[in-house]
Amino acid sequence: MAMTVLFYVFGALAVISALGMVLNLRNTVASAMSLVVTMVSLGAIYILLEAYLVAAIQIMVYGGAIVVLFLFVVMLLNLSDDELPPGGRQFFKLAVVLAGIVVLAQVLPALSQDSVLTAASEAVPEGFGGYRQVGLALYTDYVLVVEMASLLLLAAIVGALILAKRNID
Amino acid sequence: MPVEVIVKVLFILIVMVAGIAPVITWIERKQSAVMQDRIGANRADIGGITVLGLLHPAADVIKLMSKEDVVPDGANRVLHLLSPLIAAVPAIIAFAVIPFGGVYQFGDWTLNLVVADIDWGLLYIFAIGSIAAYGTVIAGWSSNNNWSMLGGLRASAQMISYEVTMGLTVVGVFMVFQTLRLSDMALAQDSTFRVFGFFDLLFGVDWFRGLDFVRLPSWGIFMQPLGFVMFLTAIMAENKRPPFDIPEGESEIIAGYHLEYSGMRFGLFFMSEFIEVIVIAALVATIFLGGWAVPYLSTDDIIGGVSSFFGVGFATGLCVVIHFHVFLLKVMALIWLQMLLRWSLPRFRYDQVMDLCWKILLPLSIANIFVTGVVLLWIKQ
Repeated sequence: MAMTVLFYVFGALAVISALGMVLNLRNTVASAMSLVVTMVSLGAIYILLEAYLVAAIQIMVYGGAIVVLFLFVVMLLNLSDDELPPGGRQFFKLAVVLAGIVVLAQVLPALSQDSVLTAASEAVPEGFGGYRQVGLALYTDYVLVVEMASLLLLAAIVGALILAKRNID
Repeated sequence: MPVEVIVKVLFILIVMVAGIAPVITWIERKQSAVMQDRIGANRADIGGITVLGLLHPAADVIKLMSKEDVVPDGANRVLHLLSPLIAAVPAIIAFAVIPFGGVYQFGDWTLNLVVADIDWGLLYIFAIGSIAAYGTVIAGWSSNNNWSMLGGLRASAQMISYEVTMGLTVVGVFMVFQTLRLSDMALAQDSTFRVFGFFDLLFGVDWFRGLDFVRLPSWGIFMQPLGFVMFLTAIMAENKRPPFDIPEGESEIIAGYHLEYSGMRFGLFFMSEFIEVIVIAALVATIFLGGWAVPYLSTDDIIGGVSSFFGVGFATGLCVVIHFHVFLLKVMALIWLQMLLRWSLPRFRYDQVMDLCWKILLPLSIANIFVTGVVLLWIKQ
C-alpha cells in the first residue's frame, strides 16, 4: 500500500518536473533543476523496484554529476534571449511536439496490451539489483561489452583533450 | 517499528544536529583562538555568566533569526529562497545510514542503532552528496551577482572533481571489508589483527611467531592508511571549508555563492557546512576508525565479562552506552582534526585545488585500488 502511494507520488513528480523541464524555455537553469527533480524521482522509483545500485547511480551520475555539468556550461555561457538565432524557438517547439508524438506512439500501444499492466510481480531472488549481483554480471557475462564501453570513453576523453589543447597551442 | 525509527530520527536530530552543530561553531572559535594565542569568544553572557563563551552560538542564532531576509533585485526569487534548503537537507539526511552503535539483542527485541541499515549505505552517502552541490551552484547563479556567479562556477567544478576522487579513494576499503553497508564495516572493525601477520600471509614465513601478541585493532586506517588520508582530503574538499574554500574565497570574490544571503538563509549555509563537518567526522570514524568499536575490547568481551556479575541484559545495555560514547569520542576527535587543518593551512589557489584532485589524488587512488586488489588476491591463494 505504502509502496503504491510512493510510486504514484514519485511518478507524478517525475512527469510534472519533466514537463517543467521541457516547457520552461525562458529559464535554462530552472529547467535544469527540473531535470534534477526528474532524475531523483526516477531514482526513488528504482528504489521501490529494489534496484538499489541503479538507483544510487541514477542519483549520483544523472541527478548529480551530469546536470551539474549542464549547469556549469549554462552558467559559463550565460546566453540571453537575443543571442539565440531568430525563429529558432519556433523550430524547437515543433521538434518537441514531434518527439512527444513519436514517444507516445510507441508507449501507448505497449500500455494498451494487458500483459504490461497485469504482469504478475514475481519475488526477486535475494540480493537482486544489489552491487554484488550487478558487479558479478558486468565482470563475467558482459565483460566484453564493459571493456568496449570503457575503450570508447577513453577514446572520447583523449579526443576531447586533443580538441581542447589545439586551441591553447 | 515506525516508533523505533521516529525515536532514532529524533535522537539524531536532537543530539547530532541540534546538539553538536552549534557547539562546533564555538569549538571553531575557541580552537582558532587557542591556536593564534587569543582569548576567543567570551563576551555573550546572561547576567554576567559567560560559560566560557558557550552562549555565543545562542546569540548567533538569535541574531540571524532577527535579521531581515533580503532577496536582491533581479534575483530568481524561487531558486534564491530554495537553495539554502538544498544545501542543508542532504547534510542532515546523510545521518540516516551512519551507525552510532552496533546491533544489540535484548531478549526478543533487537536494537539496531542505525536509522536505515541499507546494503548500499556508502553509495547512498555519495548520491546525497552529489545532490548537495546544487545548493551552492544554484545559490551562486540565482543571486544575480557576478561574484556569486563566480563562486557558483568554482563550486560546481570543485565538487564534481572531488566527487569522482572521493568515490575512488574508498574503493580499497570496500575491497578489504567486502561490504558497502556501514554497520557491517563497523562490525568488521570490532576485532584485532596481528601486526606481523602479513609475513605469514604473504610470504609464508613464520619468523615473527613470537611477536603474535603485537596486535592492532582491525580499523580501516591500519588496513588502508593511504585511503584514509586521501578520503579525508577529498571529503574535506567536498565540504568546501578552508583550505578548500575557493567557492567563497573572501580575498578574491568577496563571499562567493552566499554573498547575497542574509539572516537565517545565510545561517542555513553556515549551519550546513558545520553539519557536514559532523557527517564527515562520523563517516570517517565509521569507515576508518572502527565506528563504535572499542579498541582491544570487542562486544563479546564486554558482554562476557560483565554479564557474569550483573546479567546479560545489563551487560548489553552497558555496551550500548559505551559504544555510543566511544563513537561520539571518535567523532569529536575527527572534528578537532578538521578544525586543526582548517586553521593551519592557508587557502589553496584554484589551480592547486584542481591539480591536487586530478593529478595527485586520482592516480594515487587508482594505484591504491590496484595494490589492494593484488594483495587481497595473494592472501587468498
